[in-house]
Order: sequence, then structure tokens, then C-alpha cells
Amino acid sequence: MRICVCVKRVPAPGSKINITADGQQVDTTNLGFTTSPHEECAVEAAAQLVEEHGGEATVLTLGPAEAEEQLRYAISVGMHRGVLLATADGEWDPQRTARALTTAITELEAVDGPFDLILFGNESADAGGFQVGIRVAHALGRPMVNGAKGLSVADGAASVEREADAGRETYSLPLPAVVGVKEGVNLPRYPTMRGRLASKKAEVASNQPSADAGGLAEQVLKSPPERTSQTIVLGTGPDAAPAVVDVLEELGVLS
Amino acid sequence: MILVLIEHDRGSLAPASLEALTAARTFGDAVEALTIGDTADGLAADLEAYGVTVVHQAHDDVLGDYGPEAWGEVVAQAVRALSPAVVLATGTDRGNEVLAQAAARLDLPFAANAIELRGSADADTLDMTRVRWGGSLLEDASLTAPTKLVTVAHHAVDAAPADTPGAATPSLLAVEIDPSLARTVVSGRVEREAGVTLATAPVVVGGGRGVGSADGFAPLQELADELGGVVGCSRAVTNNGWRNHTDQVGQTGTRIAPDVYFACGISGAIQHWVGAMASKHIIAINTDQQANMVTKAGHAVIGDLHEVVPAITAEIRRRKSA
Ligand SMILES: Cc1cc2nc3c(=O)[nH]c(=O)nc-3n(C[C@H](O)[C@H](O)[C@H](O)COP(=O)(O)OP(=O)(O)OC[C@H]3O[C@@H](n4cnc5c(N)ncnc54)[C@H](O)[C@@H]3O)c2cc1C
Repeated sequence: MRICVCVKRVPAPGSKINITADGQQVDTTNLGFTTSPHEECAVEAAAQLVEEHGGEATVLTLGPAEAEEQLRYAISVGMHRGVLLATADGEWDPQRTARALTTAITELEAVDGPFDLILFGNESADAGGFQVGIRVAHALGRPMVNGAKGLSVADGAASVEREADAGRETYSLPLPAVVGVKEGVNLPRYPTMRGRLASKKAEVASNQPSADAGGLAEQVLKSPPERTSQTIVLGTGPDAAPAVVDVLEELGVLS
Repeated sequence: MILVLIEHDRGSLAPASLEALTAARTFGDAVEALTIGDTADGLAADLEAYGVTVVHQAHDDVLGDYGPEAWGEVVAQAVRALSPAVVLATGTDRGNEVLAQAAARLDLPFAANAIELRGSADADTLDMTRVRWGGSLLEDASLTAPTKLVTVAHHAVDAAPADTPGAATPSLLAVEIDPSLARTVVSGRVEREAGVTLATAPVVVGGGRGVGSADGFAPLQELADELGGVVGCSRAVTNNGWRNHTDQVGQTGTRIAPDVYFACGISGAIQHWVGAMASKHIIAINTDQQANMVTKAGHAVIGDLHEVVPAITAEIRRRKSA
């Protein structure tokens, strides 16, 4: 089967997210970058499906030139080739991103045939727009379910499980289909030495996308009000146990 | 007019929807509601108290159970028929999914997870503050469209009845749903077993990389059992395969709100913190006094969790049997 996975490069902040002085971006000085976690699981899902059913998986991203790093990482854990839609003007809005991805997928399909499955993350870790995959699926006229915590393919259908208040729901989507996955659907593997070498040699196509902007515009980023707390240190080591249990008694959680 | 999507599961109301209704009233415009499927017709009566004037009800064979494409199509047709200035839903999994489906069908922009909406509903542009990074960062954004599709972040607004109830007059909305959209309707379910979940537990004993191994969680489980709570963990733990992802607290895990959260060997990265910050009391156990979790917690013990946690359990047992 043929699979396409769409991923996003995001910074990996630690204890706090700092903002640049103009309020337009996350200050990434001294920060590493990673693939948005839900999409890391989408890559793993694609790798497992190809192992099980045979075929080929393409990883696609829209982002800065540096996002090639995330494409090569995805190749090191089982994707076969990467496609970079390199933007040079910062973050694109969700409609614009979806339009560019749709065009790119249509072009890839025109050359090599349709993808049986296109995978996205449930939402990107940074912008959290909850819509790019759904827009692409609609533009391509394919069924789409988001939030997958279970995914398998058999008999021309993708079966998807997801969590709901009442329990787990299942969906059965005829292929070709689009699925948005959530972290927890699997446990992503680490690259092997062989995978790392392969990723260095693999083909990563790069081109400049163009698409009309949509109607949602970011104005400025702000930090949420911080919860500061005068921490009461109850003690050091096991000797602090009685003081901890005193606190639990005060809070009424010892029944 | 503000149109609010009412989320329900085969006729039982998702209380989260009442948050969107409450937010909708802040515009001062008429608030109308949309229920999807005839199983939801009975909900109209529940919506009076929330100031709803009209409840648009969509019926179709495909709408017997939830399906993101069919529901999105209903919202899109409601927008075409009723031309609301704003469509609101609560930013749950379904709320975000359905409005994104509707936005795709209408080729309109959509903003997920607003925590504040500013200005008049009828203006060309709606200004708002929305969450990024699961709440670790905020964004002022503007949404320009004839109908503004927006979800209100879950828990950002406390649901409250209106000062004056509405008539909640039922009105049938004529919809035409392509039967092929049944392809994404729920096809089966496994009901949840009863019991405390991570999201609702009164006590969570969370462990991080400092726990060191899967076996290292046994003492945390004992403490949790002693307090009627459950075990949680950080992403470092799930990535190592020590615990299942169902135990993960944080941006890409579960958001918890217990009375007490024990954070053992967890540094308190921002993505973990957003999942834990609704806890009423946090007790951090960490070898590092400077750890972010320690400085944010109400109480802390500085030390090795492998010694501290069993000592706490022993002390609780001693007092219980005294
Ligand atoms: C987009 C994105 C989303 C993410 N989502 C999540 C999420 O949902 N949940 C989540 O948890 N993380 C998430 N993360 C990861 C997060 O950034 C941190 O990497 C992770 O939370 C760190 O886990 P930790 O605190 O267990 O480990 P560490 O940061 O390594 O901290 C270990 C702590 O244990 C202490 N310690 C060590 N040994 C002991 C001991 N014997 N006794 C007591 N203390 C000890 C250390 O002092 C340290 O403070 C996300 C990251 C990204 C980029």
C-alpha cells in the first residue's frame, strides 16, 4: 500500500516558552526542534502498516528549509522518501497550508498513483489549528476521521478507534482515506544505525509552494498568566514523610 | 445571530456544549442552537435555561449516530440556510472536528480553542485570544469571514444559565445529506469500564524519568491505592515504554484536576505542566530543589523518590491503623 504522512517541525521548549521581542514568534534561541508528537506517531503507524502490508511511505512537510531535518528523521524510522514544501515567510495559516498540501499530494499522485492512506497528526503541537488534515481530505473528496488511538487496515478499509466520553468508538473508512492520529496510538521506534545511514542518502525533493492565504491571521503571541507559588519545603528525604501526611490530613484526602 | 452546535451522544447532551452557549450570549445577539439527528430532539427543553431562542433540528437517516463528515455537512448547510454571524461549538474532539469539517465544506476560515472573543458578531473581522501549545502560549488572532466559525476552549468558560430563559422553539432544518457520508459514522463501540480514571481521580501519583524503570512504579501504585487514586506519568516515561500512554499527563496526554497531585521525579516541563496545572494541590518530590515542578508546587520534599514515596505510604498505614 502507498501511504503519505504529513508532519510539522516544531520547537521543543523546556520549562517555559519564550516569545521574541516583536511578539510574532516563539524565541527558539537555544531550542532544539522536533516533529509534533502526534505526527511522530503517524510516521510510526505508516512504518508499521508498510511492514505489514508492503508498499511505500512518503513523508511530506510544509515549513522552513530546516524542516528537512524532520523529513530525514522520519526516513530514518521507516519512511521511504521525503518531500519538502519550503516556505520562507514564517508560519502559514491553516487554509493556505491545506491548499498547498492538497496541491502537492495531487501532483505526487499524478506521477506515482494514488495514496491508499494519508496520515496527519490530530493537531499540530504549536498552532493547534485542528483542521489542516480535515481540509485536505475534503479537497481530495476522501473520508477523514481525526483523533485515532487505534489504526489498522484490512480488506480495503481502515479501521480507526478513538476515545470518547462513553468509551471507545470504532470507525471503518473505505480506502483511499485520511486519518488524523493521536499520540498513544503506538510507541514510536528510535532510528537504527542502518536507518540513520539510509536517511542520509535518501531522496528529499524540495519545492516552493504557492497558495492563497486564508482568513485566520495571527496578530501577536502572549504568555498566559503564570501561577507562582511559595513552595513550602516539607523536608529532605524520607524523614519528611510525617509532614507530608500532615498535609494530606489537612486537605482531607486521608479517608 | 449566533448559532451554537449542541454536542450530544445519541441524544444525551455533552455538558461541555453549555460552555459554548454561555460564551455565545456575551455578544448580545440572539442565540440559536443546532441539534443533529432526531435522537437529540428532546434536548430543546434543556436549552431554554441557556437563553436559546430557536433550536434548529436536522433529521436524516445518516444522522442516527455521530459522524464527522455528516455532522460537518449539516453545519455547512445550516450556515447557508441561516447565515449566522458566528457559529460556536465547544473545543472538544467532536466540536473541533465538526467545525473544521464545516469550514472545509464552506471554504471558510476556522479558529479552534478561543478563550476570549472581542467585538461585535456582525463585524467583518472577529478578534479573539486563542490557545496554542495546549495552553502554554496564547495568541491574539483575527478571523475574517462572512460567517465566523469558532470553538471555545473546553473549560475556558464556566457554563451558566441565562438571566432570562429563551423559548427554545424547535424548528426543522431541511438538510440533504449524501448517503455516502455514512462512511465516517461510528460503526461500533466498546463502553468504558466503571472506575476512577486519570482525568477524574481525586489523587494522582505521577512519576517521571526519575522513577527509572517500569518496576520503579510499584511503590507509586501502592501510594495511589492507599489514597484511592491512580498513577500518572510524564512523556519521558511513556517514551521509555515504562507505562502506557493512557497514564500520560500533559499537552499530548490527559489533563488532570485532582485534589492532590504527587509529582515524583518529574522536572515540570511546560508541556507536562499544562496537563497538571488544574490540580488543587501539588506535592513535588524531587532531588533537584531548582526543578520547575518544585518551584511551582505548593509543597515539596527534596530527596530520592525511591526512599520518600515508600516512607509516605508507611506513615499513612501507620496512622490508619493507629
Ligand atoms: C510538543 C511536545 C509535547 C509534549 N507533551 C508532553 C506531555 O503531554 N506530557 C509530558 O509529560 N511531557 C510532554 N512533553 C515532553 C516534555 O517536554 C519533557 O520532555 C518531559 O515532560 C520530561 O519528563 P520528566 O519530567 O519525567 O523527565 P526529566 O525532564 O528528565 O526530569 C526528571 C526529573 O526527575 C528528577 N529526578 C531524577 N532522579 C530522581 C530521584 N531518584 N528522585 C527524585 N527525583 C529525581 C530530576 O531532578 C528531574 O527533575 C512534550 C514535548 C513536546 C515537544
